[in-house]
Amino acid sequence: MSAVSQDTAVNTGRIARTFIYLLLLLFALFYLLPLYVMVVNSLKPLSEVTGGNMMALPQTWTLEAWKSAWSTAQIGVSPTGLEPYFLNSILMVVPAVAISTVIGALNGYVLTKWRFRYDTIVFGLMLFSCFIPFQIVLIPMAMVLGKLGLAGTVPGLVLVHVVYGIGFTTLYYRNYYATFPTELVRAAQIDGAGFFRIFWRILLPISGPITVVSVIWQFTNIWNDFLFGVSFGGTSQPMTAALNNLVQSSTGVKEYNVHFAGAIIAALPTLFVYIVAGRYFVRGLMAGSVKG
Amino acid sequence: MASSAEADLRTRIQDWLPKIVLAPSFAVTLLFVYGFILFTVFLSFTGSKMLPNYTIVGWENYRKLWALENWHIAIVNIGIFASLYIVICTALGLMLAIFLDQKIRGEGVLRPIYLYPMALSFIVTGTAWKWFLDPGIGLEHVMQLWGWESFSFTWIKDNNMAIYTIVIAAVWQTSGFVMAMFLAGLRGIDNEILKAAQIDGASSFQLYRRIVIPMLRPAFLSSFVILSHLAIKSYDLVIALTGGGPGRATEMPATFMYSYTFTRNQMGIGAASAVIMLMTIAAIMVPYLYAELKEKS
Repeated sequence: MSAVSQDTAVNTGRIARTFIYLLLLLFALFYLLPLYVMVVNSLKPLSEVTGGNMMALPQTWTLEAWKSAWSTAQIGVSPTGLEPYFLNSILMVVPAVAISTVIGALNGYVLTKWRFRYDTIVFGLMLFSCFIPFQIVLIPMAMVLGKLGLAGTVPGLVLVHVVYGIGFTTLYYRNYYATFPTELVRAAQIDGAGFFRIFWRILLPISGPITVVSVIWQFTNIWNDFLFGVSFGGTSQPMTAALNNLVQSSTGVKEYNVHFAGAIIAALPTLFVYIVAGRYFVRGLMAGSVKG
Repeated sequence: MASSAEADLRTRIQDWLPKIVLAPSFAVTLLFVYGFILFTVFLSFTGSKMLPNYTIVGWENYRKLWALENWHIAIVNIGIFASLYIVICTALGLMLAIFLDQKIRGEGVLRPIYLYPMALSFIVTGTAWKWFLDPGIGLEHVMQLWGWESFSFTWIKDNNMAIYTIVIAAVWQTSGFVMAMFLAGLRGIDNEILKAAQIDGASSFQLYRRIVIPMLRPAFLSSFVILSHLAIKSYDLVIALTGGGPGRATEMPATFMYSYTFTRNQMGIGAASAVIMLMTIAAIMVPYLYAELKEKS
């Protein structure tokens, strides 16, 4: 995306440019406003949130709301804070991302370099599975997880996310490997290299950019998932479900500052990943989705 | 002899290896996606209540579903939500992309600001906007504190307007992503074409309307597909922002399906609503995916 040099042919006058800058800044404010409100109010004592101005900076800066959200806030029936749920999310997201990415890479390799009859149909069926509304699989999935004894467990959630994640990872690696010359693979084959050796020695070393895309995509999707978490999480609910419990709880005083702190804690991992590697993600994603 | 037979076996294993590697994924997809879809379709024709029950009741669940007022509310809401969400995201995304493409100083700062909401979960977005739009502590309160005493913004508590607050929050979350897709499309257009048109006397406005926007067709198509798919699946945002309320004012097919299946013990009706959601998405996705795959292979 940034490699293409930008030299727009359109000339704009000074008034038009001022207008454009103003508009762009206005929208920057629109996108930043909710984040600003969350951060500022999470650093206030509750009385200042309910009695004061939401836009104002804190008069008394305090981390109490953060501590409460992390370790003592009432989530559902027990005052555990978000900490155990944060750990559930980590335990769920790491294996789910790793497994689905490895499977996607192998699938993409087979579908581009070892093509066979009807491989497009196989891929088409896997691709469509990315776009189904998950409501259509909720009931049978709940039954199967129950039968396997995985209902309400972290391994159960890992299984669900791997199953419904391989469509996307396969798509990414397939589109990426498709641009790699197949002649090189054939040449290596003639030299006696086998299936896995070719993958390990030839394809894997060039897979960095697409692995970044696949990992970020899977990480944000799985970390941010709510439907599966709330349906199958049981006692091992992930962060999103816990945050929703915290915010929706109808008992007692609404501790807005704690809700805001909790929301930021829930958003931190994906924001962090986005800030560190976001540009690679957008670049890789665009290469696959806009072309063609 | 023996060694050549052994070599023969090895080549045969090598020949089969790619299919062996792919097979588990394909089997899992067939079972967990297509098998489950068939099972849910089957359930939608049974009298399942709290638990699955295998007595066939024909089209009964579909008849009941379309007679339910809640389902009508959900259908009207998804119509309002999806059309506004898709149109506004596309218009806003296109506008921001075109403006950002005018050799803007600070593009590197603005782009991530527009994009970061897509890293957040809908639950976080919903929580932020829920309190921001809350009349008691949010925007209305702030405006009044700043001296605009008569300012009133109570959409989130208003049966008729609450659905539009979901549009606002959803647009906030996704429009930056649409912007990025259009920006990538714009950067892919050959500037020579634009320069030639300009020499022929086209104004900037004409240039965009006649040449640039038609050339962005693939980006329009991809964003339409992504946005409509997100709209129909929208569950988390509704739950976090309004919880389907006030009353049932922001019920959507996704929240309807969940509550009928898991809390109201009407699994047959819930399954029927899920089947309708799937068919709607399939009507959009299947032609698109078919065209994509055909073109590439």
